[in-house]
Amino acid sequence: MSRDNTCLVSTILHLNNSTSAAFQLHNKHSASTIQKMNKNKKTSRRKFLVRGGLGTLGVLAIGTYVFRNPLRRKTLSIAETLIPPYNGSGTKANLWFEITKDNQVMLHSSKVEMGQGTFTGLAQMVADELDVAIEQIQVIGAASATGIVDGLSTGGSLSIASLWVPLREMAATMREMVKGEAAKKMGVAKSDLTTKDGVVSGGGKTMTYAEVAADVTEWDVPGTPDLRPVSSYKFVGKPIPRVDLAAKVFGDPIFGMDAEMPDMLHACVIRPEHIGATFKSADTSKAEGMNGVVKVIETEDWVGVVAKTFSQALAAKRAIKVTWDIPRKWTESDIREMLQVGKGDRMITQKVGDELDPEDADVVSIAFSSPIGAHAQMEPNGAVAHVEDGKATIILSTQVVGITQKQVAKALGIDTDDVNIIPTYLGGGFGRRLNTSHAVMAAKMSKEVGKPVKYFFTRKEEFQNDTFRPPTHHIMRGKLNANGFLDSVEHHYASGDVAINSVLMPGFAHTVLGTDFGAMRGANIMYEKIPNHRSVQWHTTLPFATSWWRSLGLLANTFAIESFIDEMAIKAGKSPVDFRLAMLGTEGNQARIRKVIEVAAEKSGYTDKVKGDKAMGFAASIDTGSPCAQVVEVSIVDNKIKVHKVTCAFDCGIAVNPDQVRAQCEGSIMMGISGVLHEKMTLKDGQLYPTIYGPYEMALMRDAPGEIDIHLIQGAEVPLPVGEPPLGPIGAAIGNAVRRLTGKRVGDLPMRVG
Amino acid sequence: MKISFNINGQPQSVEIEDPNTPLLWVVRDMLDLKGTKFGCGKAACGACTLHVEGEAVRSCSYAVKFAEGKNVVTIEGLGDRENPHPVQQAWIEHVVPQCGYCQPGFIMATAALLAKNPNPTDEDIDNNIVNVCRCATYTRMRKAIHRAADLTPSSKVLNE
Repeated sequence: MSRDNTCLVSTILHLNNSTSAAFQLHNKHSASTIQKMNKNKKTSRRKFLVRGGLGTLGVLAIGTYVFRNPLRRKTLSIAETLIPPYNGSGTKANLWFEITKDNQVMLHSSKVEMGQGTFTGLAQMVADELDVAIEQIQVIGAASATGIVDGLSTGGSLSIASLWVPLREMAATMREMVKGEAAKKMGVAKSDLTTKDGVVSGGGKTMTYAEVAADVTEWDVPGTPDLRPVSSYKFVGKPIPRVDLAAKVFGDPIFGMDAEMPDMLHACVIRPEHIGATFKSADTSKAEGMNGVVKVIETEDWVGVVAKTFSQALAAKRAIKVTWDIPRKWTESDIREMLQVGKGDRMITQKVGDELDPEDADVVSIAFSSPIGAHAQMEPNGAVAHVEDGKATIILSTQVVGITQKQVAKALGIDTDDVNIIPTYLGGGFGRRLNTSHAVMAAKMSKEVGKPVKYFFTRKEEFQNDTFRPPTHHIMRGKLNANGFLDSVEHHYASGDVAINSVLMPGFAHTVLGTDFGAMRGANIMYEKIPNHRSVQWHTTLPFATSWWRSLGLLANTFAIESFIDEMAIKAGKSPVDFRLAMLGTEGNQARIRKVIEVAAEKSGYTDKVKGDKAMGFAASIDTGSPCAQVVEVSIVDNKIKVHKVTCAFDCGIAVNPDQVRAQCEGSIMMGISGVLHEKMTLKDGQLYPTIYGPYEMALMRDAPGEIDIHLIQGAEVPLPVGEPPLGPIGAAIGNAVRRLTGKRVGDLPMRVG
Repeated sequence: MKISFNINGQPQSVEIEDPNTPLLWVVRDMLDLKGTKFGCGKAACGACTLHVEGEAVRSCSYAVKFAEGKNVVTIEGLGDRENPHPVQQAWIEHVVPQCGYCQPGFIMATAALLAKNPNPTDEDIDNNIVNVCRCATYTRMRKAIHRAADLTPSSKVLNE
């Protein structure tokens, strides 16, 4: 039942004195393997390299710079739905697949595993082209020293979708490399060889892949083979149990927080509590003499303390008095004042037909809003760093191996190649681990004390130094025609930064694109048959960091749009299902949206009539090419909204692992319920609150619906994004059910009734 | 000072400066049992749940001095790959974990609940399993808890 595909990761992380030898051995082994494997006799044509190149978004953006807004909108619509190919470094097959002595294949993945099931999906894709059993594959996040560094982050729900072709091509290439070498060793023509379960057979002889690879110092690399038809695959498309299942059920030390290095010390850094506060000075006299304290480290903009144990570092940290420069104590009303439709940078992100006349008496207008959201991932951010002799090794949970590597190198003034980032399993990502300033701090402190240092955030620091989901404000406007269908609909929305000012985006992105395409996720109207529709963004940079939060703008934008669509259906006296279907086309994605709506309506037995104390709510969305429709059954008890059942129809094209696609739907739905019913950060005395679970209300077991009924539809011949799109409809679906129960439209998140 | 207790069935003594040090850090950093997780440090999330005398305890807020002479069990002592605890077995059958960070805490809380209440209702589960899972694997966990109840021998005895 339980498979051990993670044992090596555990070994690497488990770096106490007794196992440190294993760590060094592994590193040495990897280094020599890489060196050895780089010596290819000839360089082959790499289809995926040609497709990768500069980074597709960059190419698009530069090409659009000189043009005007209509072209910008075109660029944005392409950027929104495009699946970027692999554009990282390390594209030699033998870097990704390490054949071990016990005939296992270690896949060095450019993408990290943060719960989304990517390692399992990648293992399935590899197994089917490399001809090994799924149990023979171990997946490990590629350390940057392997030469494999993803050009993007692990995010955007893109891991499986973007590696779908290049990873299978590399696996197929590796299979042919093994066959070529086996042909020489076995004295059998390559064309007479077959491969299965990690064994090459032919001419009455067999050899394991391990035997074939044992003494190879130079591989012959063939041209990229054609991929097999998906219908022939044994693993892709099957609900294979997660490759990390046993490690996670038996408590293996696989996370960044679990990492240790020999003679490691522990550190704390004093982080500002006030928004916009900067470090002025520190009184460290008390801390310096405290038990276990090794060194107090003061830099230009922060002060930290290194001690023998975490408890000692924490105690010393509390004894340091920092003077902050706090230019202003921001209030909740300051933020509300800044962030509203009509303020900030305006950009029309969608424009079809004519603009509504706001003075028209038939125009219906409703306002919506969403609050500041915290990531609240369970594993705090942290890093274990060792800097010695101009080289740095950093073990951490991160979604951005390449960016962390560059940031550490820059901060230490050393070459990028001298920084090895070893990514671990992540105790949740959700976009929070796209920012890794703590890695730089850990590295600087390690350099100061000449020993490995572990530094991680306390929970309060995690809450106050988050890169939050920005608050939003929306004004929906629309008008029905004589037949009771929408003649016009407009979505005006204000948001803080999502993509803009993010480490992932070049500084010129805002100028080029004219908008924040992260805030834009889900903001455009998807119903093509509405003659006049548009979407207008108002962007404002807030005084605290806001950035990527699972699904970006999708949760709030869909809440506003689909709540409004529902309201207009009620006004028109039509079923919200028929109302939606009438506004959709019949081709391409329009047909796919139509399909999920029809399936969700049918499977849920949707009705807009209240039954007893329960009512149903309907909503749909399309995000990054994956349409989703959801129906909820809701009641209200003691002024609290209770979701009893969710029916979800979802089309992500090929579901590489249907069980994990379902798990992502379930997780998205629950995270959405948490977001729209409970979560909210507020400003008080210039600080962000709450700073702990509980007061920061989140969905718990008691909030889980009794049933989440998921129906997967394959409406495309490739795998499309999975991890975020199902977060779209849930907020509006709940709001629409509440509207039917109470007669009142909920406009503000988190939802409050009574 | 020296503090002695049993951990995962083995006697253990630790030399500790501050007896108010949370048991979590003794378990993780001194005894190198990393399955018990740090989540919040304020007993608010349950990631650090382990058993003291069979009771689920949030070890980030439990001073090590209180463990003196007691039996402590962590996820590493609950079961292993060869002999999984029924809760772990159920978790595997339902493929519960996503990121997995909170899962040892949930598994320990569930094992303690089942020891007291071998056949919990949904309401019992809602009231007693109050840890936080950000991946929100709650629906699978609920199914797995009922399955673990079915797999637990004592529950069958009580049923009969």
